[in-house]
Amino acid sequence: MRHIMSPLDFSVEELDQLLNLANDIEANPKKYAHACEGKKLATLFYEPSTRTRLSFEAAMMNLGGNVLGFSSADSSSATKGETVADTIRMVACYADICAMRHPKEGAPLVASLHSPIPVINAGDGGHQHPTQTLTDLLTIRSLKGRLDNLTIGLCGDLKFGRTVHSLISALVRYTGIRFVLISPEELRIPSYIRDDVLRENNIEFEEVERLEDALPKLDVLYMTRVQKERFFNEEDYVRMKDFYILDKKKMELAPQDMIVMHPLPRVNEIAVEVDDDPRAAYFKQAQYAVYARMALILTLLEVKVC
Amino acid sequence: MLNVGQLNEGVVLDHIEAGKSMSIYHYLKLDQLDCCVAIIKNARSNKMGKKDIIKVECPVDMLDLDILGFIDHNITVNIIKNGEIVDKKKLHLPKQIVNVIKCKNPRCITSIEHGLDQVFVLSNEEKEIYRCRYCDEKYHASKAKHK
Repeated sequence: MRHIMSPLDFSVEELDQLLNLANDIEANPKKYAHACEGKKLATLFYEPSTRTRLSFEAAMMNLGGNVLGFSSADSSSATKGETVADTIRMVACYADICAMRHPKEGAPLVASLHSPIPVINAGDGGHQHPTQTLTDLLTIRSLKGRLDNLTIGLCGDLKFGRTVHSLISALVRYTGIRFVLISPEELRIPSYIRDDVLRENNIEFEEVERLEDALPKLDVLYMTRVQKERFFNEEDYVRMKDFYILDKKKMELAPQDMIVMHPLPRVNEIAVEVDDDPRAAYFKQAQYAVYARMALILTLLEVKVC
Repeated sequence: MLNVGQLNEGVVLDHIEAGKSMSIYHYLKLDQLDCCVAIIKNARSNKMGKKDIIKVECPVDMLDLDILGFIDHNITVNIIKNGEIVDKKKLHLPKQIVNVIKCKNPRCITSIEHGLDQVFVLSNEEKEIYRCRYCDEKYHASKAKHK
Protein backbone atom coordinates (compact mmCIF):
# COMPACT_ATOMS: atom_id res chain seq x y z
CA MET A 1 0.00 0.00 0.00
CA ARG A 2 1.22 3.49 -0.75
CA HIS A 3 0.14 7.07 -0.18
CA ILE A 4 0.74 10.16 -2.29
CA MET A 5 1.95 13.27 -0.54
CA SER A 6 4.05 15.02 -3.20
CA PRO A 7 4.18 14.92 -7.00
CA LEU A 8 7.72 13.60 -6.64
CA ASP A 9 6.51 10.47 -4.82
CA PHE A 10 6.21 8.86 -8.26
CA SER A 11 9.28 8.19 -10.38
CA VAL A 12 9.23 9.45 -13.98
CA GLU A 13 8.50 5.86 -15.14
CA GLU A 14 5.65 5.43 -12.65
CA LEU A 15 4.29 8.79 -13.69
CA ASP A 16 4.35 7.71 -17.33
CA GLN A 17 2.33 4.60 -16.47
CA LEU A 18 -0.16 6.68 -14.53
CA LEU A 19 -0.58 9.19 -17.36
CA ASN A 20 -0.94 6.32 -19.86
CA LEU A 21 -3.70 4.89 -17.68
CA ALA A 22 -5.39 8.32 -17.53
CA ASN A 23 -5.29 8.56 -21.33
CA ASP A 24 -6.77 5.07 -21.62
CA ILE A 25 -9.58 6.09 -19.26
CA GLU A 26 -10.20 9.15 -21.44
CA ALA A 27 -10.36 6.98 -24.56
CA ASN A 28 -12.36 4.10 -23.04
CA PRO A 29 -14.45 5.41 -20.11
CA LYS A 30 -16.89 2.49 -20.22
CA LYS A 31 -14.10 -0.01 -19.61
CA TYR A 32 -13.54 1.55 -16.18
CA ALA A 33 -17.16 2.27 -15.23
CA HIS A 34 -17.34 -0.57 -12.69
CA ALA A 35 -13.67 -0.84 -11.71
CA CYS A 36 -14.25 0.37 -8.15
CA GLU A 37 -17.68 -1.08 -7.51
CA GLY A 38 -18.12 -1.69 -3.79
CA LYS A 39 -15.25 0.63 -2.90
CA LYS A 40 -15.58 3.89 -1.00
CA LEU A 41 -13.59 7.10 -1.18
CA ALA A 42 -13.58 9.34 1.90
CA THR A 43 -13.12 13.03 1.08
CA LEU A 44 -11.86 14.72 4.24
CA PHE A 45 -11.88 18.41 3.38
CA TYR A 46 -11.00 20.56 6.38
CA GLU A 47 -11.26 23.69 4.24
CA PRO A 48 -13.57 24.61 1.38
CA SER A 49 -12.71 23.52 -2.14
CA THR A 50 -14.87 23.26 -5.21
CA ARG A 51 -12.84 21.82 -8.06
CA THR A 52 -10.65 19.43 -6.13
CA ARG A 53 -13.42 17.87 -4.06
CA LEU A 54 -15.90 17.63 -6.91
CA SER A 55 -13.35 16.14 -9.28
CA PHE A 56 -12.34 13.52 -6.68
CA GLU A 57 -16.00 12.65 -6.18
CA ALA A 58 -16.65 12.57 -9.92
CA ALA A 59 -13.56 10.37 -10.39
CA MET A 60 -14.74 7.79 -7.85
CA MET A 61 -18.30 7.83 -9.22
CA ASN A 62 -17.00 7.34 -12.78
CA LEU A 63 -15.23 4.24 -11.49
CA GLY A 64 -18.49 2.88 -10.03
CA GLY A 65 -17.45 3.56 -6.43
CA ASN A 66 -19.09 5.54 -3.66
CA VAL A 67 -18.09 8.68 -1.81
CA LEU A 68 -18.49 9.87 1.77
CA GLY A 69 -16.90 12.70 3.73
CA PHE A 70 -17.12 16.28 4.88
CA SER A 71 -16.39 19.57 3.15
CA SER A 72 -15.34 21.84 6.00
CA ALA A 73 -13.70 21.47 9.40
CA ASP A 74 -16.91 22.79 11.00
CA SER A 75 -18.75 19.64 10.04
CA SER A 76 -16.01 17.28 11.29
CA SER A 77 -14.83 16.18 14.72
CA ALA A 78 -11.91 18.61 14.41
CA THR A 79 -14.12 21.20 16.10
CA LYS A 80 -14.31 18.82 19.08
CA GLY A 81 -10.54 18.67 19.20
CA GLU A 82 -10.01 15.33 17.45
CA THR A 83 -6.51 14.85 16.07
CA VAL A 84 -5.84 14.02 12.43
CA ALA A 85 -4.27 10.75 13.62
CA ASP A 86 -7.50 9.69 15.34
CA THR A 87 -9.74 10.87 12.50
CA ILE A 88 -7.97 8.78 9.88
CA ARG A 89 -8.06 5.64 12.05
CA MET A 90 -11.80 6.10 12.39
CA VAL A 91 -12.32 6.88 8.68
CA ALA A 92 -10.32 3.80 7.67
CA CYS A 93 -13.09 1.71 9.26
CA TYR A 94 -15.58 3.15 6.74
CA ALA A 95 -13.65 3.73 3.51
CA ASP A 96 -11.05 2.06 1.24
CA ILE A 97 -9.12 5.20 0.25
CA CYS A 98 -9.05 8.79 1.42
CA ALA A 99 -8.38 12.22 -0.09
CA MET A 100 -7.51 14.87 2.49
CA ARG A 101 -7.33 18.64 2.17
CA HIS A 102 -6.16 20.50 5.25
CA PRO A 103 -5.08 24.10 5.91
CA LYS A 104 -2.12 22.87 7.97
CA GLU A 105 0.95 21.77 6.05
CA GLY A 106 1.87 18.13 6.62
CA ALA A 107 -1.57 17.08 7.92
CA PRO A 108 -2.05 14.44 5.18
CA LEU A 109 1.40 13.07 6.00
CA VAL A 110 0.39 12.68 9.65
CA ALA A 111 -2.74 10.88 8.46
CA SER A 112 -0.69 8.55 6.26
CA LEU A 113 1.53 7.59 9.20
CA HIS A 114 -1.51 6.21 11.05
CA SER A 115 -3.60 4.99 8.14
CA PRO A 116 -4.23 1.42 7.01
CA ILE A 117 -5.78 2.80 3.77
CA PRO A 118 -4.09 4.88 1.03
CA VAL A 119 -4.12 8.63 1.74
CA ILE A 120 -4.01 11.19 -1.06
CA ASN A 121 -2.87 14.70 -0.24
CA ALA A 122 -5.55 16.89 -1.82
CA GLY A 123 -3.73 20.09 -0.83
CA ASP A 124 -2.09 21.01 2.49
CA GLY A 125 -1.90 24.77 2.99
CA GLY A 126 0.68 26.38 0.74
CA HIS A 127 2.77 23.19 0.71
CA GLN A 128 1.85 20.45 -1.78
CA HIS A 129 -1.01 19.67 -4.14
CA PRO A 130 0.15 16.58 -6.03
CA THR A 131 -3.09 15.84 -7.87
CA GLN A 132 -3.08 19.33 -9.38
CA THR A 133 0.43 18.63 -10.66
CA LEU A 134 -0.66 15.26 -12.07
CA THR A 135 -3.51 17.08 -13.82
CA ASP A 136 -1.12 19.69 -15.24
CA LEU A 137 1.32 17.05 -16.49
CA LEU A 138 -1.50 15.04 -18.05
CA THR A 139 -2.87 18.15 -19.77
CA ILE A 140 0.52 19.16 -21.18
CA ARG A 141 1.38 15.63 -22.33
CA SER A 142 -2.05 15.05 -23.87
CA LEU A 143 -2.19 18.38 -25.72
CA LYS A 144 1.48 18.86 -26.61
CA GLY A 145 2.33 15.16 -27.02
CA ARG A 146 5.39 15.30 -24.76
CA LEU A 147 6.78 16.45 -21.43
CA ASP A 148 10.29 17.18 -22.65
CA ASN A 149 11.76 19.90 -24.90
CA LEU A 150 9.19 22.53 -23.97
CA THR A 151 9.37 26.23 -23.17
CA ILE A 152 6.92 26.90 -20.38
CA GLY A 153 5.84 30.37 -19.31
CA LEU A 154 4.57 30.70 -15.75
CA CYS A 155 2.75 33.97 -15.20
CA GLY A 156 1.33 35.86 -12.22
CA ASP A 157 1.83 35.05 -8.57
CA LEU A 158 4.98 32.95 -8.65
CA LYS A 159 5.81 33.73 -5.03
CA PHE A 160 2.89 32.14 -3.21
CA GLY A 161 1.53 29.84 -5.92
CA ARG A 162 2.15 26.27 -4.73
CA THR A 163 0.77 24.99 -8.05
CA VAL A 164 3.61 26.67 -9.89
CA HIS A 165 6.27 25.47 -7.42
CA SER A 166 5.08 21.85 -7.67
CA LEU A 167 4.87 21.98 -11.46
CA ILE A 168 8.42 23.30 -11.74
CA SER A 169 9.71 20.59 -9.38
CA ALA A 170 7.96 17.92 -11.44
CA LEU A 171 9.05 19.22 -14.86
CA VAL A 172 12.76 19.61 -14.09
CA ARG A 173 12.99 15.82 -14.24
CA TYR A 174 12.46 15.95 -18.03
CA THR A 175 15.10 16.95 -20.58
CA GLY A 176 15.09 20.16 -22.60
CA ILE A 177 12.72 22.05 -20.30
CA ARG A 178 13.08 25.82 -20.28
CA PHE A 179 11.09 28.24 -18.12
CA VAL A 180 10.12 31.84 -18.64
CA LEU A 181 9.04 33.22 -15.25
CA ILE A 182 6.70 36.16 -15.76
CA SER A 183 5.82 38.17 -12.66
CA PRO A 184 6.01 41.61 -11.07
CA GLU A 185 9.06 42.15 -8.85
CA GLU A 186 6.99 41.60 -5.68
CA LEU A 187 5.70 38.20 -6.76
CA ARG A 188 8.85 36.64 -8.16
CA ILE A 189 9.66 32.97 -7.64
CA PRO A 190 11.11 32.29 -4.15
CA SER A 191 14.83 31.66 -3.85
CA TYR A 192 14.37 28.07 -2.69
CA ILE A 193 12.82 27.26 -6.08
CA ARG A 194 15.28 29.41 -8.07
CA ASP A 195 18.37 28.05 -6.30
CA ASP A 196 17.45 24.62 -4.95
CA VAL A 197 15.35 23.43 -7.90
CA LEU A 198 16.18 25.39 -11.07
CA ARG A 199 19.89 26.16 -10.61
CA GLU A 200 20.53 22.86 -8.79
CA ASN A 201 19.23 20.98 -11.85
CA ASN A 202 20.92 23.29 -14.40
CA ILE A 203 17.58 24.31 -15.85
CA GLU A 204 17.54 27.16 -18.32
CA PHE A 205 15.21 29.97 -17.15
CA GLU A 206 14.68 33.69 -17.43
CA GLU A 207 12.67 36.10 -15.31
CA VAL A 208 10.71 38.82 -17.09
CA GLU A 209 8.03 41.31 -16.14
CA ARG A 210 6.21 41.84 -19.44
CA LEU A 211 3.95 39.05 -20.66
CA GLU A 212 4.18 40.42 -24.20
CA ASP A 213 7.95 39.79 -24.27
CA ALA A 214 7.53 36.14 -23.32
CA LEU A 215 4.51 35.12 -25.39
CA PRO A 216 6.18 34.56 -28.82
CA LYS A 217 8.56 31.91 -27.49
CA LEU A 218 6.20 29.76 -25.43
CA ASP A 219 4.84 26.24 -25.95
CA VAL A 220 2.75 26.47 -22.79
CA LEU A 221 1.51 29.53 -20.91
CA TYR A 222 0.46 28.75 -17.34
CA MET A 223 -1.53 31.64 -15.87
CA THR A 224 -2.17 31.97 -12.13
CA ARG A 225 -4.48 34.03 -10.00
CA VAL A 226 -3.15 36.60 -7.55
CA GLN A 227 -4.68 35.33 -4.32
CA LYS A 228 -6.19 37.97 -2.07
CA GLU A 229 -5.68 35.88 1.08
CA ARG A 230 -1.89 36.02 0.61
CA PHE A 231 -1.69 39.79 1.07
CA PHE A 232 -1.52 41.61 4.37
CA ASN A 233 -3.01 44.81 3.02
CA GLU A 234 -5.72 45.49 0.50
CA GLU A 235 -3.69 48.18 -1.26
CA ASP A 236 -0.95 45.76 -2.34
CA TYR A 237 -3.53 43.25 -3.55
CA VAL A 238 -5.41 45.85 -5.59
CA ARG A 239 -2.12 46.97 -7.18
CA MET A 240 -1.15 43.40 -8.12
CA LYS A 241 -4.44 41.74 -9.01
CA ASP A 242 -4.77 43.11 -12.52
CA PHE A 243 -1.07 43.23 -13.32
CA TYR A 244 -1.56 40.61 -16.04
CA ILE A 245 -4.64 40.28 -18.18
CA LEU A 246 -4.39 37.88 -21.08
CA ASP A 247 -6.70 39.07 -23.84
CA LYS A 248 -7.25 38.49 -27.56
CA LYS A 249 -4.73 41.17 -28.52
CA LYS A 250 -1.94 39.59 -26.49
CA MET A 251 -2.86 36.15 -27.83
CA GLU A 252 -1.97 37.44 -31.30
CA LEU A 253 1.66 37.45 -30.14
CA ALA A 254 1.56 33.78 -29.13
CA PRO A 255 2.44 30.84 -31.40
CA GLN A 256 -0.50 29.06 -33.01
CA ASP A 257 0.25 25.80 -31.18
CA MET A 258 0.76 27.31 -27.72
CA ILE A 259 -1.69 26.21 -25.03
CA VAL A 260 -3.02 28.38 -22.19
CA MET A 261 -3.47 26.67 -18.85
CA HIS A 262 -4.85 27.89 -15.51
CA PRO A 263 -5.57 25.89 -12.33
CA LEU A 264 -8.84 27.90 -11.90
CA PRO A 265 -10.66 29.75 -10.51
CA ARG A 266 -9.69 32.72 -12.65
CA VAL A 267 -10.61 36.27 -11.75
CA ASN A 268 -9.44 38.87 -14.26
CA GLU A 269 -6.17 37.37 -15.46
CA ILE A 270 -7.71 35.73 -18.53
CA ALA A 271 -10.33 37.76 -20.38
CA VAL A 272 -13.49 35.82 -21.16
CA GLU A 273 -12.93 36.57 -24.87
CA VAL A 274 -9.94 34.18 -24.81
CA ASP A 275 -12.20 31.22 -23.91
CA ASP A 276 -13.16 30.72 -27.56
CA ASP A 277 -9.54 30.63 -28.72
CA PRO A 278 -8.62 27.01 -29.60
CA ARG A 279 -5.44 27.48 -27.60
CA ALA A 280 -7.41 28.00 -24.36
CA ALA A 281 -6.93 24.70 -22.51
CA TYR A 282 -8.05 25.54 -18.97
CA PHE A 283 -11.46 23.90 -19.15
CA LYS A 284 -9.95 20.82 -20.79
CA GLN A 285 -7.50 20.88 -17.89
CA ALA A 286 -10.47 20.65 -15.48
CA GLN A 287 -11.65 17.57 -17.41
CA TYR A 288 -8.16 16.03 -17.29
CA ALA A 289 -8.28 16.52 -13.49
CA VAL A 290 -10.95 13.83 -13.32
CA TYR A 291 -8.98 11.37 -15.51
CA ALA A 292 -5.80 11.98 -13.49
CA ARG A 293 -7.62 11.34 -10.22
CA MET A 294 -9.35 8.23 -11.62
CA ALA A 295 -5.95 6.85 -12.64
CA LEU A 296 -4.53 7.67 -9.23
CA ILE A 297 -7.38 6.00 -7.35
CA LEU A 298 -7.02 2.84 -9.48
CA THR A 299 -3.26 2.80 -8.97
CA LEU A 300 -3.39 3.28 -5.20
CA LEU A 301 -6.18 0.71 -4.80
CA GLU A 302 -4.16 -1.63 -7.06
CA VAL A 303 -7.21 -2.27 -9.23
CA LYS A 304 -6.30 -3.76 -12.60
CA VAL A 305 -8.72 -3.38 -15.51
CA CYS A 306 -8.18 -5.64 -18.51
CA MET B 1 45.55 25.60 34.12
CA LEU B 2 42.60 24.75 36.32
CA ASN B 3 42.63 21.06 37.18
CA VAL B 4 39.34 19.28 37.53
CA GLY B 5 39.53 15.75 38.91
CA GLN B 6 40.40 13.07 36.39
CA LEU B 7 37.61 10.79 35.23
CA ASN B 8 37.90 7.09 35.83
CA GLU B 9 35.09 6.16 33.47
CA GLY B 10 33.07 8.57 31.39
CA VAL B 11 33.10 11.06 28.53
CA VAL B 12 35.00 14.28 27.94
CA LEU B 13 33.49 16.66 25.42
CA ASP B 14 36.36 18.80 24.22
CA HIS B 15 36.68 21.69 21.77
CA ILE B 16 33.29 23.14 22.58
CA GLU B 17 33.04 26.69 21.31
CA ALA B 18 33.67 29.04 24.26
CA GLY B 19 30.45 29.99 25.98
CA LYS B 20 28.35 27.17 24.50
CA SER B 21 28.78 24.58 27.22
CA MET B 22 25.55 25.43 29.06
CA SER B 23 23.43 25.09 25.94
CA ILE B 24 25.02 21.68 25.32
CA TYR B 25 24.38 20.80 28.97
CA HIS B 26 20.69 21.45 28.33
CA TYR B 27 20.51 19.82 24.88
CA LEU B 28 22.08 16.64 26.32
CA LYS B 29 19.69 16.83 29.30
CA LEU B 30 22.63 16.42 31.66
CA ASP B 31 20.54 17.99 34.40
CA GLN B 32 18.44 14.83 34.34
CA LEU B 33 21.39 12.46 34.76
CA ASP B 34 22.30 11.32 38.23
CA CYS B 35 26.05 11.48 37.70
CA CYS B 36 28.98 13.79 38.21
CA VAL B 37 29.26 16.58 35.61
CA ALA B 38 32.03 19.19 35.40
CA ILE B 39 31.80 22.20 33.14
CA ILE B 40 34.94 24.15 32.31
CA LYS B 41 34.42 27.50 30.60
CA ASN B 42 36.95 29.53 28.66
CA ALA B 43 39.82 27.05 28.94
CA ARG B 44 42.93 28.00 26.94
CA SER B 45 43.19 26.27 23.58
CA ASN B 46 45.96 26.37 20.97
CA LYS B 47 43.45 25.54 18.25
CA MET B 48 40.55 27.74 19.29
CA GLY B 49 42.03 30.38 21.60
CA LYS B 50 39.33 29.69 24.17
CA LYS B 51 37.11 26.65 24.51
CA ASP B 52 34.65 24.97 26.86
CA ILE B 53 34.94 21.40 28.11
CA ILE B 54 32.34 19.14 29.73
CA LYS B 55 33.31 16.05 31.71
CA VAL B 56 30.58 13.53 32.43
CA GLU B 57 31.02 10.48 34.61
CA CYS B 58 28.71 8.05 32.81
CA PRO B 59 28.83 5.39 30.06
CA VAL B 60 28.89 6.96 26.57
CA ASP B 61 25.66 5.24 25.52
CA MET B 62 23.77 7.35 28.03
CA LEU B 63 24.49 10.44 25.93
CA ASP B 64 22.69 11.30 22.71
CA LEU B 65 25.64 11.85 20.38
CA ASP B 66 23.25 12.48 17.46
CA ILE B 67 22.12 15.67 19.13
CA LEU B 68 25.71 16.61 19.81
CA GLY B 69 26.51 16.08 16.12
CA PHE B 70 23.60 18.34 15.24
CA ILE B 71 24.68 21.12 17.61
CA ASP B 72 28.35 21.10 16.63
CA HIS B 73 30.01 18.18 14.87
CA ASN B 74 33.47 19.69 15.54
CA ILE B 75 33.25 18.78 19.23
CA THR B 76 35.71 16.01 20.19
CA VAL B 77 34.18 13.16 22.17
CA ASN B 78 36.81 11.33 24.27
CA ILE B 79 35.75 8.04 25.84
CA ILE B 80 37.53 7.42 29.14
CA LYS B 81 38.03 4.00 30.76
CA ASN B 82 40.26 3.34 33.75
CA GLY B 83 41.42 6.94 33.60
CA GLU B 84 42.67 6.64 30.00
CA ILE B 85 41.28 7.87 26.66
CA VAL B 86 40.32 4.63 24.91
CA ASP B 87 38.38 6.07 21.96
CA LYS B 88 37.64 9.33 20.17
CA LYS B 89 34.25 9.44 18.54
CA LYS B 90 33.80 11.41 15.36
CA LEU B 91 30.51 13.25 15.21
CA HIS B 92 28.32 13.47 12.13
CA LEU B 93 25.21 15.41 11.35
CA PRO B 94 22.41 12.97 12.21
CA LYS B 95 20.05 11.98 9.38
CA GLN B 96 17.06 12.84 11.55
CA ILE B 97 16.50 14.67 14.82
CA VAL B 98 13.43 14.21 16.97
CA ASN B 99 12.10 16.72 19.50
CA VAL B 100 15.27 18.83 19.55
CA ILE B 101 14.08 21.90 17.67
CA LYS B 102 10.53 23.10 17.03
CA CYS B 103 9.10 23.95 13.63
CA LYS B 104 8.51 27.70 13.49
CA ASN B 105 6.10 27.57 10.56
CA PRO B 106 2.72 28.61 12.00
CA ARG B 107 1.00 26.75 9.14
CA CYS B 108 2.68 23.44 10.06
CA ILE B 109 0.52 20.62 11.45
CA THR B 110 2.93 20.37 14.42
CA SER B 111 1.48 23.67 15.64
CA ILE B 112 -1.91 22.08 16.42
CA GLU B 113 -1.70 18.27 16.45
CA HIS B 114 -1.30 16.93 20.00
CA GLY B 115 1.34 14.31 20.70
CA LEU B 116 3.14 14.79 17.39
CA ASP B 117 6.95 14.51 17.47
CA GLN B 118 8.93 17.43 16.04
CA VAL B 119 10.96 15.68 13.35
CA PHE B 120 13.61 17.33 11.17
CA VAL B 121 15.35 15.44 8.37
CA LEU B 122 18.81 16.24 6.97
CA SER B 123 18.19 17.44 3.40
CA ASN B 124 21.60 18.91 2.47
CA GLU B 125 24.62 17.65 4.39
CA GLU B 126 27.07 20.04 2.73
CA LYS B 127 25.00 23.13 3.55
CA GLU B 128 23.89 21.62 6.91
CA ILE B 129 20.22 22.12 6.10
CA TYR B 130 17.44 20.26 7.85
CA ARG B 131 13.79 20.34 6.83
CA CYS B 132 10.66 19.74 8.88
CA ARG B 133 9.37 16.30 7.99
CA TYR B 134 5.82 17.61 7.71
CA CYS B 135 6.00 21.04 6.06
CA ASP B 136 9.60 21.19 4.66
CA GLU B 137 10.41 24.32 6.68
CA LYS B 138 14.16 24.90 6.44
CA TYR B 139 16.49 24.93 9.46
CA HIS B 140 20.23 25.58 9.32
CA ALA B 141 22.13 23.34 11.76
CA SER B 142 24.59 26.20 12.30
CA LYS B 143 21.76 28.06 14.08
CA ALA B 144 21.75 25.43 16.82
CA LYS B 145 25.47 25.98 17.39
CA HIS B 146 24.97 29.71 17.76
CA LYS B 147 21.88 29.49 19.93
